[in-house]
Order: sequence, then C-alpha cells, then structure tokens
Amino acid sequence: MPPERTLMGRVPVKSQREIVLMRESSRIVAEVLALVGSHIRPGVTTGELDRIAEEYIRSNGGEPAFKGYGHDPKNLFPGTLCISIDDEVVHGIPGERALHDGEVVSVDVGVKKQGYYGDGARTYPVGETNPVKTKLLRVTEESLYRGIAQARAGNRLHDVSHAVQEHVEGEGFSVVRDLVGHGIGRSLHEEPAVPNYGVAGTGLVLKQGMALAIEPMVNAGTHRVRLENDGWTVRTADGKPSAHFEHTVVITTGEPEILTR
Amino acid sequence: MAKQGPIKVDGVITDTLPNAMFKVSLDNGHTVLAHISGKMRMNFIKILVGDKVTVELSPYDLSKGRITYRYK
Repeated sequence: MPPERTLMGRVPVKSQREIVLMRESSRIVAEVLALVGSHIRPGVTTGELDRIAEEYIRSNGGEPAFKGYGHDPKNLFPGTLCISIDDEVVHGIPGERALHDGEVVSVDVGVKKQGYYGDGARTYPVGETNPVKTKLLRVTEESLYRGIAQARAGNRLHDVSHAVQEHVEGEGFSVVRDLVGHGIGRSLHEEPAVPNYGVAGTGLVLKQGMALAIEPMVNAGTHRVRLENDGWTVRTADGKPSAHFEHTVVITTGEPEILTR
Repeated sequence: MAKQGPIKVDGVITDTLPNAMFKVSLDNGHTVLAHISGKMRMNFIKILVGDKVTVELSPYDLSKGRITYRYK
C-alpha cells in the first residue's frame, strides 16, 4: 500500500491554493468559537448560541458545515453547532436547553467556504466548575497540543494518537474510542481516520500538505459511550463529564500549521 | 464534528482459516483478515467461501475486522 493511501481510500494532499482556502474557512471557525465563547453564561440557551454562530458564518460568506449533514436522510443534523453539555460527549443538538452554573459545554463548529472545510471545537466552563471538570478541560486541551506536536511530515499517524492517549491516561482520564478525528479539506470527513488511541510508530506516514482534524474526546470516567435516541447525541456510559477540543491542522516539514487558531 | 469510529464495509469471503478467521475481499478492492462476531457465533451462523458479509473495521487497524452480518 503506498503511504498516501489507507484501506478506506486515498489521503488527499493539499496544494498551496487549497490550503489558502482552508485557512479562510478555518479562520471563520476560530472566530465563531471565540464569539460563542463570549456568550456562554448561565441562562443562555443552546439555540441562541446556535443562531449567533449561523449568523456570523453566513455574514462571512460561509455555510454551516454540519447543518444537513448525516448518513440517514430522515435524520440530518439540524444545527450549525454541536453543543454537548456535561456527560454529552459530542454531537449534541442545540435547542431550548439553558446552560447552568457549574456545567461544562462543548461547542463544535464546521464551516464550508468556496468548497473547502474547516472544523474546530472547544469546551467551556459555565461559571465556576468543580475541580474534576476544571482538570478535565485542562488535560483535554493539553492532549490536543501533544497530538498536534507529533503531526509532522515523516512521523506516523498513530504517533499523534499515542501522544493524546498517553497524556490523557497519565492524568487518570480516558479517551473515547468509538469516535475519531479525520482528514479534512474538500469534504468534512476525509481519510485518514485519526483515533485518539494507538501505538506510536505505526499507521500512515504523514506527508506535507495533508490536513487533519485532530480532536481528543476525553471522559472523566469510562471511555465507553452510548448514542441517544435522537440518533446524534453521544453520552458517556457512566454519566461522568466529557470534554472535546479540536483543531484543523496542515502537515508541514516543521511545526504543523494550526488553521483554526 | 467527529467521525463514527468502526467502519462498516461489505465484502466477499475468499478463504476460511483456522480459529474461525476468514479472508474477506472488500468492495473497495482490499483484503482484510476478519473473525466472526460473538453474536454470530452464538447463533451458529455458518460462513462459507463466496458469502457476502458486512465487516466492521476498527479505525485503528484497518487490516483486521469483525464479521457482523452475512447476507442471505
């Protein structure tokens, strides 16, 4: 198997022109996360946050990438943001639910502009959170940067995965296994799958120009998760809180370029 | 938005190996080594060369899989 393929298909390598376009959609992603973050406080509903995000994306000439996404045509994702509170891991649907003091809220956003995608996520505390949640957020964000530090040309894909897993488990938390990060570019989800667990030194050899959405999903308790009846919301199996941080990055020969910063 | 981890693909059994392991030729042209899921084992579902099956691949090692369904 040539290095730029996985069993599931080709891993696209982006041209300079494509990277410029991805920078633009990723810039909007970063700005949406900052904007939504500034509105997070007790009492605000997830639906309000979703409207703020959609308005901002459209006023910047982009489209919400998640709205209408899905494999089941009868149950496409209805929101601009995935908003997941406390034990919700990812893919929570925005609605009437109001935020409460002490919760942690994960906000995930994707933007498509001129045919190219950017994807990013961040977990915010609402007011004051307990020490476990505060540590969970810190460790998850740190693990994302540990992973990103390994995302360089010549390294292997699971070097990234392993760096995330090692840091998370070293701090006594667990990484979700049923969901993975992904390649990104002309589609929201491209090859390769980017697991948050794995053995260093194995997997695809990374090449300059590959773009990855690296996204550790970290649980305070078990790594096991279950899917809600709505077909989208993923929760921890034990009801303990979960956090999620994500950046879209491009592999270079040196430090990876973080597009959604 | 995170991607669903274990990936389901269809394929055809090309070889039966010891220990209830099978070689499966996937619709995308690749060949993987797969064992049969516990549930299928419990229901004594027989699998023969030429059967069309669904294989779940782990995102982590895409060369190995688990057969979760046999088409009639």
